[in-house]
Amino acid sequence: MPVAARSRLVLAAASSVVLVATGCSSSGGGGSSSSDASKTFSYQSNEPQNPLQPANANEVGGGRIIQNLFKGLVDYDPTNAKIRMQVADKIETSDSQAFTVTLKDGWKFHDGTPVHAKNFVDAWNWGASPTNNQINSSWFSDIEGYQDVHPASGKPTTDKMSGLAVTDDLHFTVKLSHKVSYFEYKLGYIAFSPLPDGFFKDPTGYGQKPVGNGPYQFVSWSHNSQVVTKAFPDYQGVDKPKNGGIVFKMYTTSEAAYADLQSNNLDVMDQVPPSALATYKNDLGDRAVDAPQGAIQNIGFTLYQADWSSPDKAKVRQGLSMAIDRDTITKTVLQGSRKPASAWVAEGVEGYKEGACGDFCKFDAAKAKQLIQDGGGVPGNKLLITYNADGGHKEWVDAVCNSIRQSTGVDCLGDPKPDFKTARAAITAHQLDGAFRTGWVQDYPLNANFLADVYRTGAASNDFGYSNPQFDDAATKADEAPSVADTVTGYQQAEAVLPSGMPAIPLWYYRTNSGYSSKVQNVKFDSFGNPAWTQVEVKG
Amino acid sequence: MGRFVARRLLQMIPVFFGTTALIFYMVHALPGDPVAAMWGDKAPDPVQLAALRHQLGFDKPLVQQYLDYMGKLLTGDFGTGLDGRPVIDKITEALPVTIRLALFAFAIEIVLGVGIGLFAGLRRGKLFDKGALVFTLLLISIPVPVLGFIFQTVFGNNLKWVTPTVQDSNDITQLVLPAVVLGSLSLAYVARLTRTSIAENIKADYVRTAVAKGLPRRKVIGTHLLRNSMIPVVTFLGTDLGALMGGAIVTEGIFNVKGVGNALFHAINLKEGATVSGFVAFLVLVYLAAGLIVDLLYAVLDPRIRYA
Repeated sequence: MPVAARSRLVLAAASSVVLVATGCSSSGGGGSSSSDASKTFSYQSNEPQNPLQPANANEVGGGRIIQNLFKGLVDYDPTNAKIRMQVADKIETSDSQAFTVTLKDGWKFHDGTPVHAKNFVDAWNWGASPTNNQINSSWFSDIEGYQDVHPASGKPTTDKMSGLAVTDDLHFTVKLSHKVSYFEYKLGYIAFSPLPDGFFKDPTGYGQKPVGNGPYQFVSWSHNSQVVTKAFPDYQGVDKPKNGGIVFKMYTTSEAAYADLQSNNLDVMDQVPPSALATYKNDLGDRAVDAPQGAIQNIGFTLYQADWSSPDKAKVRQGLSMAIDRDTITKTVLQGSRKPASAWVAEGVEGYKEGACGDFCKFDAAKAKQLIQDGGGVPGNKLLITYNADGGHKEWVDAVCNSIRQSTGVDCLGDPKPDFKTARAAITAHQLDGAFRTGWVQDYPLNANFLADVYRTGAASNDFGYSNPQFDDAATKADEAPSVADTVTGYQQAEAVLPSGMPAIPLWYYRTNSGYSSKVQNVKFDSFGNPAWTQVEVKG
Repeated sequence: MGRFVARRLLQMIPVFFGTTALIFYMVHALPGDPVAAMWGDKAPDPVQLAALRHQLGFDKPLVQQYLDYMGKLLTGDFGTGLDGRPVIDKITEALPVTIRLALFAFAIEIVLGVGIGLFAGLRRGKLFDKGALVFTLLLISIPVPVLGFIFQTVFGNNLKWVTPTVQDSNDITQLVLPAVVLGSLSLAYVARLTRTSIAENIKADYVRTAVAKGLPRRKVIGTHLLRNSMIPVVTFLGTDLGALMGGAIVTEGIFNVKGVGNALFHAINLKEGATVSGFVAFLVLVYLAAGLIVDLLYAVLDPRIRYA
C-alpha cells in the first residue's frame, strides 16, 4: 500500500497510510526490571476514519486497533516477519488454488462464543459484498465466485462466494479463481479476520463496539480522545499479552505526542516528529528506536507519455537514477530516517534481494551523464517531479533535484500539489508530466506484494503505465509456483527484469524512528512500523 | 431597541444561507475525490467507490446535494461524515471544549489586559507604563507557536507543573496552559487599547468635573473613566471572541486539545462537506451573535448611543 507518510503530521496524513497486520524485526533496548502484567500502556494513535470493522480499516488509525482486537488464521512473527499459524492449525494445498483450512479448537470471541469455520466464511462473504461498503472488499477478489458477489457492473447475483465452503466447525475450504501460491501470506491481513455471529445482526453497532477474538478486548471508545482495550484472558494465540491492555491515545500532531512521551504521559509512540529526528536519540538514550520498515520510496515515471515511452528512454531513467546521491541525501536532508535502496523490494521483506537494482542505484555522475546522453536526453532537458506538499517531501525532492542538476545538468524541479488527495488524483488520471513521487508500504511481508501489485501490466497501483511481457510472465509463473519458496524465487526473477526498463527509481527504505517512556520495556518494532504489542512490558 | 434586535436577527437568515452555500461550494471545489482518498495510495475498487459515492449522495448534482443538506439541516439533522458518524456528534464533542478554552482565554485577556492597560494609562510615562509597553510588544512579536512550544517545554517538560499536553480536553484545569498561550496575543492588544483609551480620556472634561465635585478616586476611575474608555476595547473583544470560538488550530495542535479548530481542519483535509458546513454554519451564528452583543453593549457603556 501506499507509502504515505507515517512521518508526516498525523493531521495531514488523514487519508493516506494504509496498513496491515504485524510483521518484522527491530531493535529496542533499555534495562530490564520487573514488570506488572496487569498494567496498561498507552500508544500514540489517531482517530479511526471508519467504523472498527476488519474489512473497513485500511488506514493506520483504525488498522492498528483492529489488529489487536482481532486475530486471523495467520499473522507475521514480529521478530522476523515470517508467517505463523494463529487460529489456523494448518492451511493445506496441493495445487496453489484449492486450500483446506483446519482451525485450532478452543478459540473464543470476547463475547464467549467459539471461533468456528463459519465465522471466517461469513465474515469474508460479508466483507466482499459491495452493499456493505467495506474499503477492503477487493482483498477477497482471488476467491472463486467473487465476481458474482462483487460484479464489475450490475447487481450482485448472490451474497456468497462459491469458492468458500464450510466442512464442519473446524474445517473449511477455499477455492481461488486462479493460482496464488502465497495466498496464506495474504490471510494475515486484517480484512480476513473472523466475525462473531452477533456482528451480522448489527454491523453498525459492532463497528462502534467491536467484539473480536484477538489478544485484547474492546473496553471503550471516546471519539477523538482514546480507545481503551484490556487483555483478553481466554486468548489462545501464541503471543499472549504480557501487559494488561493498550490505551490508544489520539494525537493530532506528533510534536504533541513527543512532548508527552518525554514526560512519561505517553508510553510508546508511532514515529518521532521530523523536528526531533536530529535529537531524539540523545533525548531518549536507550529508549530510542531505529528499526527497518517494509516500505520504500520511489520516483515513478509517466511511461504513458510519448516522450517517455520509447525503449531508449530506459537509459535516461537509469542515468537519472545514477545521478542521485542517495547516501548523502539520507544522511543529511533525511537525517538518517531512511536507508538508501538497492532494490524495488524493501529490506526485511521475505525475498528481499539486496542489489537487485545493480549499478543503476549507485551514484556515479559521469556514467549518469553518459546514459542520459545515450538515451537521447530528458525531454526538453527538464524534469518535473510531482509530489504532495503536505507530506514533508519538499526537502528531499529538492535535494534529489539538486543532485540530478549538479551531476547531469538536467534542469530538475519539484512540482508540489497542495495535498495528498490532489496528487493522487493527478497520478491516477495520468495527468502528469515526467516524474512523480511514489512508494509502497507492504501489505504483507513478501516480495510479491512489492512487485505484482505495482509493476504488472494493468495492476491497480501501476501508475506508470509500465508493461513488460517478460515481467508479467515471470510474475504469473511465480504465482503458479508449487510453494511459497518457489514464488519468492520467481518474483526475484521478475524483479531482475525491472532494471532494464526502470519504470521507477528506488530511492530509499523507510525506517521506524520512535521511542518509548521509562515506564515500559521490551518494546520492539516490526516491519509494519508497529510495536510487538503483546510483548510490551509495563514496569511494576 | 426591540426593533433593532429583531432587524439584526432577521439579517442573520440570509447571511446564514449565503455562508453555508458558499462553504458548501468551496469544499466541493477543493481538488481531489474524498471517497477515492479513503483508499490511500491504493487504487480504489471502482464498484465499491461507486457504491460509497451513491450512499453519500456524491453522485447527485451539487445544487441537489446542497438542497438535500439544507432540507435536513432545517429538521435539525446535520448529516453524517465520511466515517458514518453524525456531524452533530462531532460538533457536540468539540464545541464544549472550545467554549471552555475560549472563555478561559477570554477571561485572562479581559482581566489581565484591561488591568495592565488601566494601570499603565493612569501612570503614563512611569516605570509600570514602560514595563507594560515592553511586555505587550514582546507578546505581540512572539508568534503563537513559539510561545506555545516554549511554555510546553518550560512548564510541562522541565518544571513539570502541568502535563505538556492536555490529557483530557474536558478537564478545565488542564486547559490553563493553552488558554494562557491563546489569550496572550489578544491580552497585549487589549492592554494597548485600554491604555491608549484611558490616557486619552483622563484629560477629558467629564473626568475633571468628576474629580472637581469631590468623587472618590475609585468612583472616578470605575464609573466614569473606565466605562467610557471601554468602547474600542469591547469592539475588539467582540470580534476576538468569535475568533477564539472558531478554534485555534495551532494552539490546539501543540497542546493536543480536541476542539473546533482541529475538528474543522481535519474535516477540510478529508473534504467532508457536511462536517465543514455544519461547523461553519454554527460559527457564523456565533460571529453574528457576538456582533449583536457588542452593538448592544455600546448603548450600555455610552448612554448617548441609542438604537431605535
